[in-house]
Amino acid sequence: MSDNTQGEHSHHEQSFWSKYVFSTDHFIIGLQYTFTGILMAFIGGYMAYVFRMQLAFPGEAVPGFGVVGPGEYNNLVTNHGTIMIFWVAMPVLVAGFGNFCIPLMLGVDDMVFPRLNRLSYQIFAISCVVIIASQFVPGGGFGGAWTAYPPLSADATYNLTLWGQRLWVIGVALEFVAFLMGGINFVTTTMNARAKGMKFYDIPIVVWFIVIASILFMVSVGPLIAGAVMLLLDQFQVTGFYNPAMGGDPLLWQHLFWFFGHPEVYVVLLPAIGVCAEIIPVFARKKLFAYKIVLWTAVATGALSFIVWAHHQFISGIDPRIANIFTITTLMISIPIAEMIFVYIATLYGGSIEFKTPMLWALAFIAEFLIGGCTGIYLGSTGTDIYFHDTYFVVAHFHFTFVPIAIIAVFAGITHWFPKASGRMLDETLGKIHFWGTIIPFTIMFLLMFPLGMAGQHRRIAGYEIFEELAPYQDIRVIITYCLIAMIAFQFVFFYNVIVSLLSGKKAEKNPWRANTLEWQAPNVPPHGNFPDGFPEVNRGPYEYSVPGRKEDYWPQNAPKEKPTSPKSDKK
Amino acid sequence: MSSDFTLAHKRNATGIPTGRLGMWWVVASEVVIFGGLIVSYLLHRLGSPEWGGEAAFTIVPAGALNTFVLLTSSYFVVVAHKAIGENDREKAFKFLWYTIACAGIFLVVKSYEYTTELTEMAHHHIKDGHMIGTYPVFWYFYFAATGLHAFHVIAGAIAIGYVSFGVRRGENLQRVEYAGIYWHFVDVVWIFLFPLFYIAK
Amino acid sequence: MSKDKDSSKTTSNIVFAVTAVSCVLFGIAAFFFVLNTPSGWMLGPDLKPMTQASSYAYDIDSLFGLITFLVGFWFIVSEVVLFYFIFRFRRKTPDQKAQYISGEEPHHKQWISIPHILVILCDVVLVVGTVYVWYKIKQDLPPAQATIRVTGQQWAWTFEHPGPDNLLEDDPATTDVDESADNITLVDELHLKVNTVYHFKLESTDVLHSFSIPAFRIKQDSVPGRTITGWFEPIKEGEYDIQCAEMCGIGHGLMMGRLYVHSEEDFNQWQKPMTSSSTAAKMKNPTAPNQVALGRAALGEK
Repeated sequence: MSDNTQGEHSHHEQSFWSKYVFSTDHFIIGLQYTFTGILMAFIGGYMAYVFRMQLAFPGEAVPGFGVVGPGEYNNLVTNHGTIMIFWVAMPVLVAGFGNFCIPLMLGVDDMVFPRLNRLSYQIFAISCVVIIASQFVPGGGFGGAWTAYPPLSADATYNLTLWGQRLWVIGVALEFVAFLMGGINFVTTTMNARAKGMKFYDIPIVVWFIVIASILFMVSVGPLIAGAVMLLLDQFQVTGFYNPAMGGDPLLWQHLFWFFGHPEVYVVLLPAIGVCAEIIPVFARKKLFAYKIVLWTAVATGALSFIVWAHHQFISGIDPRIANIFTITTLMISIPIAEMIFVYIATLYGGSIEFKTPMLWALAFIAEFLIGGCTGIYLGSTGTDIYFHDTYFVVAHFHFTFVPIAIIAVFAGITHWFPKASGRMLDETLGKIHFWGTIIPFTIMFLLMFPLGMAGQHRRIAGYEIFEELAPYQDIRVIITYCLIAMIAFQFVFFYNVIVSLLSGKKAEKNPWRANTLEWQAPNVPPHGNFPDGFPEVNRGPYEYSVPGRKEDYWPQNAPKEKPTSPKSDKK
Repeated sequence: MSSDFTLAHKRNATGIPTGRLGMWWVVASEVVIFGGLIVSYLLHRLGSPEWGGEAAFTIVPAGALNTFVLLTSSYFVVVAHKAIGENDREKAFKFLWYTIACAGIFLVVKSYEYTTELTEMAHHHIKDGHMIGTYPVFWYFYFAATGLHAFHVIAGAIAIGYVSFGVRRGENLQRVEYAGIYWHFVDVVWIFLFPLFYIAK
Repeated sequence: MSKDKDSSKTTSNIVFAVTAVSCVLFGIAAFFFVLNTPSGWMLGPDLKPMTQASSYAYDIDSLFGLITFLVGFWFIVSEVVLFYFIFRFRRKTPDQKAQYISGEEPHHKQWISIPHILVILCDVVLVVGTVYVWYKIKQDLPPAQATIRVTGQQWAWTFEHPGPDNLLEDDPATTDVDESADNITLVDELHLKVNTVYHFKLESTDVLHSFSIPAFRIKQDSVPGRTITGWFEPIKEGEYDIQCAEMCGIGHGLMMGRLYVHSEEDFNQWQKPMTSSSTAAKMKNPTAPNQVALGRAALGEK
């Protein structure tokens, strides 16, 4: 039933509302997700600013907020984490890049279920409203940490945020539903709607990775949705699933949460590292090293991610014998990830590397993520985790993984696809200033948190003055806060760059980076239907760069087949 | 004939129609949701054999009747699908509504159960406004699992209703099969819940 | 052509052999160096190494050292190779050509598979190290010379010390003697005797807390509805922080305790006045805030 002609669409004039607000077009929906995610990043980043100011200058009024009380502090750290993961990383990486890249890279007009796509965004938007509303209800926003462990999270007499706790759970649950719906589109479109001639190994890595991420999400979130329903019932005092006084068990929530929580980090890692897999071959002019190994490591990581979850719970009261199993599986999962990093580094070998802004971000991802990955070993190893659990060592570790995922890879993708999405080029100089202004403060501030963790500084504490062993490190806390402020300040360079480039940036050609994948064959600012001149057919893989014997150092996937001019060249 | 489908929707690289593929993914994600709930229940229950006593209060005849009702409703949906294949839209429409009627009966029986079981349980476990006894967790799982299931029965019935109107207009007949897949899933979940909550004592 | 392939193959093999051998030697050296590390790697308040105040602090610190060597090795190698490639293969002239390497051929793939195997070997060493340390601290409880009860609540720690009879709880066999009558209960203050193996019975009255003493390197969550038993043996006299390391509400940052490890004589000195008067002994939660009232007030106000 494959068909290469445009589907029957009623070509009526669309109003502003149906074209931009209630759109079913994947490009618009992708932009909606991305803009919403960036907006939520402002909120999450603001929260980080406020609580870091409290940590650096305890008790003093924070400009733009006021004095931070203990309940407010907990609310800020809780919602900073929750928002950054569920309302920034996921929408931008999975739904933003997913919606933009997948139909274009597969050479098709849209997703397979555009109305479901629109519905998924609408539910996501409602979830944003719910989580923001949780800040303004009587009692204030939920402050039980993004992990929401009961009994604290299940009982307002403990957490003191009667409506905040409920709205938090409802917001998160709605976000889960939105992404379950979105995932159906990504997986089904990739399976069925590929361009003619595009076999499984011709699919660009970022598309594969978003699909695998969607599958991981779908399989892992189910038990937590059940758990969230159970938590909500507890919060409304109907049940006592997690209440020992009513026969329940607080640890049940932890298992349900982390069974999802661990695969979730790979749900956001895979699209991010997939974006880098697209950028590095383009700017090194080199074929991606061992495509099949890259795929295999992603699948292996995804599969293993289901059997490591209790490394978040080593000292939580689980049977200590079980901890041994999880430390082994956790150390095992470092292997495919390490392999993936080796492969990306190997792709650089023999390349001709051009340091445009997207490439800087992609390379920085590898350098910074290495720190995150390696420091994870201290936490996955039970013996050292006894000491490091719930310290700033953990905070530093996960920011060295999450910031590359949610910030570095996102900027890599945005700067890379900006010409296609907008028809303009971003300014390179401003791009580089933004890059260094982000990377340097980020690296310093989180590197400093490792020694704080080694000193035993525990998490989610509003001020360390009363702890005699920790109070002396106040200077480091101040430096960290200044680094954060610097990092936030440099983000204005990015937004300035975007606005100025949109208004008067250099007009972009169709394929400014001379890349192979199909999205570069569509016109800039892809119109509804994506390929007005006919849908491409694919004749080769996505990474045929610098093929020997050819004049051009790139070979678009849909370029016609050619006879090899020298015996050594190979088509795939 | 068919509504505004994208080209993406009509392509078929795997050979499986897109709608069917999508519905299987929906079912897969629901399996994991119910699976999580059921596994949590099982682990709790294996650790607390006293729950058998609680389970004695579930009304087995009502559960058995509901099992029969749901199985029959699944049969009706199969007949409707077959009727589509034979181009008999009126028959399909009729049988889709028989399915919805079965869903209605199921929900009525469930409401009866909930009200009686709730009063029994309250009698047993609540005195002077607080909980006594230590095994109400069985009931938490019972209400959560059967409640979530009932919610899916309602959603499925609404979806089947929506599909039936399309059938009457002669549009999107392939959706009968997809709605059928979902309905069979709802039935299968009940087939797990019935023995776990009613029979295992 | 084939001569090129052969010689590059030989080079590859030599490089691998050298790398593998140096890895193994490095690993062995790391092991021995680490096992003889003096004062440990954690940081005390004055940037000097944190006191190893318990008998197993040294084990955790050594494990930290082992991980640092093995993982640090791979980290440095990866970053160096990454930055070297970035530098070496930067585009110096506009027409600089890149190579075409699919990575599927065995002599290329082995640059991935061989480090892969070496990483696995490192992981095996780490697993052995960590299981040993974990088993020692969390699974293998040595016989107790004294037992204390630790109770976490919103937002204070209550420590119940056995009195001079060294018995925490009533012995059900002897009904005429109340062994717990001479127990010393203090809030946010824990007194221990050096070189004594203590068991702690950890409980919580409301939400999850976590009993954490960085100087001992110990941490254990307290779960309401359970009594969790752990152990430590203080080996250095001094005063140390006690923390709550699990989010427990608005007072989480206020749950600060102080631990006093005394020599035997000092400990006996401390214990005597505590038990001589019955009113001093029974100080159950005198200053802990009334959490329920606090909660109700907060809900009522807002």
